[in-house]
Amino acid sequence: MAKLLEYPFTKKSIASLRRGDEVSLTGVVYTARDQAHKRLVALIERRKTLPFDLRNQIIYYCGPNPAAPGRAIGSCGPTTSQRMDGFTPVLLEYGLMGMIGKGERSADVVAAIKKYQGVYFITHAGCGALLSEYVTKATRVGFSDLGAEAIVALEVEQFPLIVAIDTEGRSIYDTRGKKKT
Amino acid sequence: MKTIKARDIQEKVMALALRANTHLRRDVVALLKEAERGEKKRLARRALAAIIENAAVADRKSLAICQDTGLPIIFVELGSDVRVQGNINDSIQAAVAAGYARGYFRASIQPDPVFRSRRLTHVPAIIHTDIVPGNQLTITLMPKGFGSENKAVTTMLNPTAGVEDIEQCVVAAVQRAGAAACPPYIIGVGIGGTQDYAGLLAKKALLDPLSASNKRKDIAAMEQRLLRKINALGIGPCGLGGRHTALAVRIKIHPTHIAGLPVAVNISCHALRSATVTL
Repeated sequence: MAKLLEYPFTKKSIASLRRGDEVSLTGVVYTARDQAHKRLVALIERRKTLPFDLRNQIIYYCGPNPAAPGRAIGSCGPTTSQRMDGFTPVLLEYGLMGMIGKGERSADVVAAIKKYQGVYFITHAGCGALLSEYVTKATRVGFSDLGAEAIVALEVEQFPLIVAIDTEGRSIYDTRGKKKT
Repeated sequence: MKTIKARDIQEKVMALALRANTHLRRDVVALLKEAERGEKKRLARRALAAIIENAAVADRKSLAICQDTGLPIIFVELGSDVRVQGNINDSIQAAVAAGYARGYFRASIQPDPVFRSRRLTHVPAIIHTDIVPGNQLTITLMPKGFGSENKAVTTMLNPTAGVEDIEQCVVAAVQRAGAAACPPYIIGVGIGGTQDYAGLLAKKALLDPLSASNKRKDIAAMEQRLLRKINALGIGPCGLGGRHTALAVRIKIHPTHIAGLPVAVNISCHALRSATVTL
């Protein structure tokens, strides 16, 4: 049975999540990928206002497809998380609570997740069509000039997640791949 | 001599763009279903079920299988007895752009790779053309997602390297990819030629039917052995562990120089997409 995670998110709502837990998320997540991360961190360094308040929010590493008529959004699966590794610790420091993506994270990210009590989720990778069915509304909130890399607030209902790295920094990837060839 | 008007291929290529991105190849679906049946780990099996369901949703609703509709790669096989009237490359580019727009696919191409400052577009596709015997024109479109393209590796081995060394190159590339490139993977391997040509062979290997294996028995045995070694890594579907890190390994070989042994590995995510039309 999946654990429920509902907006508004709080540190308390993620504290009990453990690596490998299945989670069903209802609420708002913000898409941001490579260029948006670069800009967010640049804005933080220059002490400028961000397109959205990072505190207790979740970023989804996703560059969605445009919505066809009658749909909230097009295909919208996760992109590779490790490209965001260099930017993630700063965002966590400035209040970001969680990330959704696919694949492993760097040791620095794991340490930052533990330090700031964040969480890293994965979702069905390469299943953008299926995942778009969980999105009820999409609203651009910043960096529109970036096209597919713009920040979009996605309202989702029972979006399927797995806890990949929990608030204690424990990762599902620690336990696999030990076999040698 | 057969004459084909460049303009006349546009509608066909536009259809390829839509079909390749929304309709998962049958041979891929077959292997995914077989994997699901054979997967013991619960979360891994669940991941495979989601992948199969995703393909069905994409098909039914004409949605992109993956939001990364890729950098479109085009393979043209132009019969030597075919004359194309007009510029075939221009027609293909226009058709790909139109098809991607019609499908509501993402513009994923940054025209300026260095300063990343331009508005994103759907093209240019990368076009590879081969002249082949006969009077047919065959066009294949492969949307290549970059989560997996980023994990491609070419290694220039010494000519004295053995089969073991070649296989180690391939297994190491998959290990480096880990869970990041959407496993279970389909692995294309190009052996021989030059550095660039091996890379092209590795990509072309992904177009071979997955239901078959290499015609040469010794190479087919390598494909099977590599698949076993890769699956022993235990990365599994979506990186959740389990028996299926890869669904298939396809190898293409080409003569090479006495001083070298290029080995290229092109990894495809589980959403290996391509569509072909023959005129």
